[in-house]
Amino acid sequence: MLQKIYDWIDERVDITPLWRDIADHEVPEHVNPAHHFSAFVYCFGGLTFFVTVIQVLSGMFLTMYYVPDIENAWKSVYYLQTEVAHGQIVRGMHHWGASVVIVMLFLHTLRVFFQGAYKKPRELNWMVGVLIFFVMLGLGLTGYLLPWDNKAYFATQVTLEIAEGVPFIGEATKTLLAGDPEIVGAQTLTRFFAIHVFFLPAALFGLMAAHFIMIRKQGISGPL
Amino acid sequence: MKKGKGMQFVGDSRITADKKKFIPKDYSEYPGKTEAFWPNFLLKEWLVGAVFLVGFLCLTVAHPAPLEGPADPTDAAYLPLPDWYFLFLYQLLKYEFAGGTYFVLGAMVIPGLAFGGLLLAPFLDTGANRRPTKRPITVSLMLLGVVSVIWLTWEAADHVDWEAKAEQNKPIPETAVEVDTEDPGYAVYENSCLQCHGDSLGGGAAAPSLIGIEYTVEEIKTIAVEGIDTMPAGQFQGTDEELQQLAEFIVSTNEQAAE
Repeated sequence: MLQKIYDWIDERVDITPLWRDIADHEVPEHVNPAHHFSAFVYCFGGLTFFVTVIQVLSGMFLTMYYVPDIENAWKSVYYLQTEVAHGQIVRGMHHWGASVVIVMLFLHTLRVFFQGAYKKPRELNWMVGVLIFFVMLGLGLTGYLLPWDNKAYFATQVTLEIAEGVPFIGEATKTLLAGDPEIVGAQTLTRFFAIHVFFLPAALFGLMAAHFIMIRKQGISGPL
Repeated sequence: MKKGKGMQFVGDSRITADKKKFIPKDYSEYPGKTEAFWPNFLLKEWLVGAVFLVGFLCLTVAHPAPLEGPADPTDAAYLPLPDWYFLFLYQLLKYEFAGGTYFVLGAMVIPGLAFGGLLLAPFLDTGANRRPTKRPITVSLMLLGVVSVIWLTWEAADHVDWEAKAEQNKPIPETAVEVDTEDPGYAVYENSCLQCHGDSLGGGAAAPSLIGIEYTVEEIKTIAVEGIDTMPAGQFQGTDEELQQLAEFIVSTNEQAAE
C-alpha cells in the first residue's frame, strides 16, 4: 500500500532523487562516534539544527499567547508563565534554547575552524555558516526585548545607544530599529517583534537551506 | 543524467518516464568502516538527540525562564545588562581605549576586524594544510579571539550580584485596585496590617500581597488573629466587630480586583 502511494507520487513528482539527496548516502568512518569516540565533535552542527527546530516550534506556540504591545506584552508573558498549562515549560525551552543554540553554534564553528574544514571547496559554506551565526545573534538580541520587563527594556536601550554611536549611519539605524530617533517604546516593540518573528527567521531558513544543500553537494570534509 | 533525443517523459512534464532503479554506491568505494545514513546512522543520531532533549527539558524544569517586573523607563537605578552572549562586547566598550572618545574603535573597528576576519577566514588562510599544527598563525589568532571573548565575558559577569538583581526585580503585576479608604475596615487595616502589607494591600518586603488571595471572611479572621507561615499570631489588635469589618474589607477589595 505504502509502496503504491510512493510509486504514484514518484511517477508524478519524481521524488526518488530527492530522497537520495536527503537520506541515501554513506556516513564515513572518521565522523562516526561509534568508531572513534572523538568524532562526537561532529555532533555540534546537528545539535544546533535540533535546538533550532526546538526554537521554531516553541516560538510558534509562544506567539499564540504573546501580544506585541507595551500595555499587554509583559502581562501576556506573565499570564503564560503563571496561568497557561505548560506555558512555563514552553517559554523555558525557548529561553534556554536561545542560549544553548549559541553554545552549540560556537562549538560547531570551533570544530570546523580548527579542522580547517573551511578550505577549498568549502569557502562559501563557511561564509554562509558565519552569516547564520550573525542571524542567530540578531534573533537573540531582538527576542530579549519581547517580554518587555526591566532587563529587556534597559538592555535594548543600551543596544540602541551603541547603534546610535556609529558614525554616519548610526542615527538612521537607530530610527529604523526603534521606530523613533528618541523614544524606546511601542514602535520599538512591534519592530523588534517583526524582526524576530518574520525577517530574521526568513533569512535563517534561506541560509540554512543553502548550508545543507552545500553540505550534500560537497560532502563532509575528509579526515585530517 | 542522460539527456537529448529519445527520452520519454511523464505527460508534458520534465520528469523522465523510464524508471532507473537507484543503486547506492558500493561500500568498497568508501574508505574505512562506512555506515548507511538511512536508517542505521540516523537511528543513532536519534538516540543522541533523545538523550540531549531529556537533559534540556530537565534544565527548563529545574530553572524556569526568568521574568522581571514590567518595564519602567523611570527606574533610573536599574543596572542594564545585555544577554550573556553580548557581555563581551558590552565589557569591551567600558575600557578607556575602546569607549568614550575611542568609541568607534571599540564598537566598530575591533569587533569588525574580528568578525570580518572570521567571515573571510577561507580567503585569509589559503594554504592547503588543514592540520592546526601546520597553520600556527590562523590557529593562534583564533585562540586569542576565543580567550579574549571568554575573559571579557567573565570580567563583565563576575562583579554582578545576579541573585540580588533577580530578587530586587521580581515580577509583581501592578494592581489596578482602588482601595476604598472610607470603608470602616480600612481604618482597622491601617492599624493592624498596613505596616507590612502596604497601603494598597500590595504587600512589601515583609509580607505578601493581599490581592489575589482566595480566603473566605472566616479564614481571614483566623489568619489575622493566629497568623500563618511567617506571619506571627496576635497581629490584629481590636474588637470582634472590627475584625469582621477588616475581613469583609479585604474580601470585597479582592472581589473588586478580580473584576
